[in-house]
Amino acid sequence: MADQFDLECRNVVKTFDDFTAVNDISLAIPKGSFFSILGPSGCGKTTLLRMLAGFQAPTSGDILIKGASVLGVPPNRRPVNMVFQHLALFPMMNVAENVAYGLKRRGVDKATITQKVNETLARVGLPDAGPKQISQLSGGQKQRIAIARCLVLDPAVLLLDEPLGALDLKLREHMKVELKQLQHEIGTTFVYITHDQSEALVMSDQVAVMNAGRFEQVGAPQDLYYNPKTAFVAGFVGESNRWHGTVEGGDDHKIEINLASGGKVIAKRDGQTNLVTGQGVDVFVRPEAIAIDGTEGADNSLSAKVDNVLFNGAASSLQVRELVTGHEMTVALPQTGAFASVKAGDEIRLSWSVEQTRCFASTEGGAGA
Amino acid sequence: MIPSIPQPKFYKGLYSSYIALFFVYLSAPLIVVGVFAFNDSLFPSMPWEGGTLAWFFGNEDPYVGIFNDTKLLESVGVSAFVAFWVTILSVTVGTCNAFLFERSKFPGKNLLYIISLSPLVIPGVILGISILVFSNAIANGIEDSIGWDLEFLRPGLFLVIIGQFAFITTITTLVISARLRKFDVSLEEAALNLGATRRAALWTITIPFLKPALIGAGIVAFLMSFENFNTTLMLVGSDAPLTIAMFDRLKQGSTPVLNALSLLLMVVSGGLALLSVFVQRDTKN
Amino acid sequence: MSKTASITGGSAFRFGLLLLAMPLLLWLFLLVILPHMDLFLVSMRERISYGKYEFSLINYIEFFAEPLYWNTYVRTAVMSIFATILTLVIGFPVSYYIAKVMRGKGKNALFLMCLIPFWVSELVRTFGWMILLRESGVISNFLQWAGIADGPVEMLYNDAAIMVGLVYTSMLFMVVPLVSVLDSLDDSLIEAGYDLGGNAFTVTRDIVIPHAMPGIASGCIVVFMLTLGNYLTPNLLGGKDSLWFTEQIYTQFITRFNWESGSAFGFLLLILSSAIVWIGLKLSKQTLSETVG
Repeated sequence: MADQFDLECRNVVKTFDDFTAVNDISLAIPKGSFFSILGPSGCGKTTLLRMLAGFQAPTSGDILIKGASVLGVPPNRRPVNMVFQHLALFPMMNVAENVAYGLKRRGVDKATITQKVNETLARVGLPDAGPKQISQLSGGQKQRIAIARCLVLDPAVLLLDEPLGALDLKLREHMKVELKQLQHEIGTTFVYITHDQSEALVMSDQVAVMNAGRFEQVGAPQDLYYNPKTAFVAGFVGESNRWHGTVEGGDDHKIEINLASGGKVIAKRDGQTNLVTGQGVDVFVRPEAIAIDGTEGADNSLSAKVDNVLFNGAASSLQVRELVTGHEMTVALPQTGAFASVKAGDEIRLSWSVEQTRCFASTEGGAGA
Repeated sequence: MIPSIPQPKFYKGLYSSYIALFFVYLSAPLIVVGVFAFNDSLFPSMPWEGGTLAWFFGNEDPYVGIFNDTKLLESVGVSAFVAFWVTILSVTVGTCNAFLFERSKFPGKNLLYIISLSPLVIPGVILGISILVFSNAIANGIEDSIGWDLEFLRPGLFLVIIGQFAFITTITTLVISARLRKFDVSLEEAALNLGATRRAALWTITIPFLKPALIGAGIVAFLMSFENFNTTLMLVGSDAPLTIAMFDRLKQGSTPVLNALSLLLMVVSGGLALLSVFVQRDTKN
Repeated sequence: MSKTASITGGSAFRFGLLLLAMPLLLWLFLLVILPHMDLFLVSMRERISYGKYEFSLINYIEFFAEPLYWNTYVRTAVMSIFATILTLVIGFPVSYYIAKVMRGKGKNALFLMCLIPFWVSELVRTFGWMILLRESGVISNFLQWAGIADGPVEMLYNDAAIMVGLVYTSMLFMVVPLVSVLDSLDDSLIEAGYDLGGNAFTVTRDIVIPHAMPGIASGCIVVFMLTLGNYLTPNLLGGKDSLWFTEQIYTQFITRFNWESGSAFGFLLLILSSAIVWIGLKLSKQTLSETVG
């Protein structure tokens, strides 16, 4: 049974002096999936990855690769390979030597090395790059060589430590798609850590959102987006308007909330029996869930005045201020042409459904969006 | 001030001529040393008596050329011997020091770092006498207590090597540390991750990365040892290294054979210098 | 994140560290710390008879009682400071020219030209100056040929000759740190200085020199130290009357075989050089490991 998971963590804890970097993490990654760990910098995701690679030992808990514990196994004997944040390609070797490095350490014979290196280079789409120096490669090519260098060793799991961070925006968008395709073709399990939600959402089968050393929620990208389980996930994944308020009433499916700035909204009750009347909550509504000039009779609606039109192509939005209470919010502005005439100073009618409104018990701090 | 700020032509001209004058000052002594190597006269001075190669190849007194001057040639050999050992020792110890200072944490590291810089601000003569006094004290102590006369602790080549090593190691440490500081530790981790043992990672990744600095430090160490005078002067025994032998000749007043030797030295060390610049430049790519 | 230390375990790591530190400790203790302590101890004793010594301050008292000694001491210090300042004043415009005025290949070539003379032994360089300056030398002959002088002019064996040689020998150690520190000065700072109404003088005083301070300090320290400890140049260019303190040390040690007073002299020179380096560092608000390291 255990064999169907390529990688498993059981209650892994890592403390540095009195700082807990990783706090009781458990995960099981099925064979052949693309698993991302998404979190802000300093959330402990790099420490977790370094424990998987063997550069750090967990304070407690167990790590299993293909069902066998790797505690105490040094990094060079673990069947996992890693694509480093800055790639860590060896500058004193050419591309072929970089790719051959791991095979040479295993004592593979020369003919096999040459053959495998050529195969792998072809697989990442750079069949002729072998004799090139690392400095002659473009950013995207370096990326592929760093991956090839690991893949040639047939690892059980490929670890990727924010490898797209150094690329410019256009290339990053391109590499996202390419990485996903590559993983799909070769079927190796990928564990990818990033602070960029778009990378995680686009590429992954499963995403774990990590914060302050813990997993807040693990699920498919759609799940995280539509059904966030915590205020942190609601704030960190996707954009959100965030308001503070207190619970006023409601039933098994809805919660009525008085906003601190005045006004009232109705949010979905997602099994949160702990939210009772009088409790402080944070309310999250995505800008793209709000309809402009929406139909009457929606669950939530209000009138607002446009402060600013932020035109940004498909990602355009409006900054608006509610007429009665004066609180600010952001509303997506679909570029279908229907709202092309909206300009600053206009009054508009906004509405959104209860399904799209989430609330969570108030926390201090937490990442807003 | 800088090219983007216009200046009157007069000032520019004045500045350029100052720079030109400076380079005349820099090159004049070296040029005369070289030129007078070919002067057909018994003294390295004016007037010019016509050209000759006797100071290189001459074999009859008083025209004994450098290639037939056994004493000077011997001293070249002595200097090369000393420089060889100083280079090996100081690069080896410098490499250890670089790893110690750049890669490990231990209490008292800062203090040790300051002390290891101190040979740079200790005058060479004092470094020489302190080692002379100390080694002599040890030699006397051993002789008095167990009766062995340890000849190598008396003035001689061993002490010369030790004395030069004492301050040249600071320089090799600085050169190699500077390179090691630029090393990205994740390269070593990547090697481990790809299955290398720690030893293999060190030999296949870290040392090749350090190679330009090791060669550069080696050349610098060799030249500094070869040219050292102050420390050597205090520790030298009967075998005179080149600088000491030349100094004695100079004091006596010598034939242009010294010019010929100097010219050869200039060519060799100039070549080594260019080589080291070349190696260091390779580093940047 | 802690990096390398995490890979290796406890006691094996400690042992490795000790092994790595061994050469350093041997080097520093056997060749630097203990010899200097011993030098100090020897300077504090008096030789009573063969192999018998007593604690005494006689070597230091002798130094202050004999005007020749402390005159030489003070003269060496003053001349060294003067040579350092002269080297700075001559070298700064050159470094600035290389770092800021020159561009591209010419810049590298000029910098290399600055360095190459110094790869040649100090002895050869000094020899060159002897050929230039002596009575039968190149400059003397040139002056006669040009009709400026009537007979041979002896320019060796005086303080000016010593100074010329010392400045020459030290130039490298001033130019290299100055060029590297001036290189790091962003051109736009100078442009901004002009843009805000400065002129060549005020921009140099308010922007260039403060920026170059670490380089100036490191250049001056090394130059001063090398000048103070120099033996060859004063000896060869200054002749018998050069009165350099290192010559006194040499005489005590090698000629008179009076190691006790030689050690005291050595120690006094060490104190002098440390004191002036320390004052220099304080005045320029730099630290040793920053300037040298």
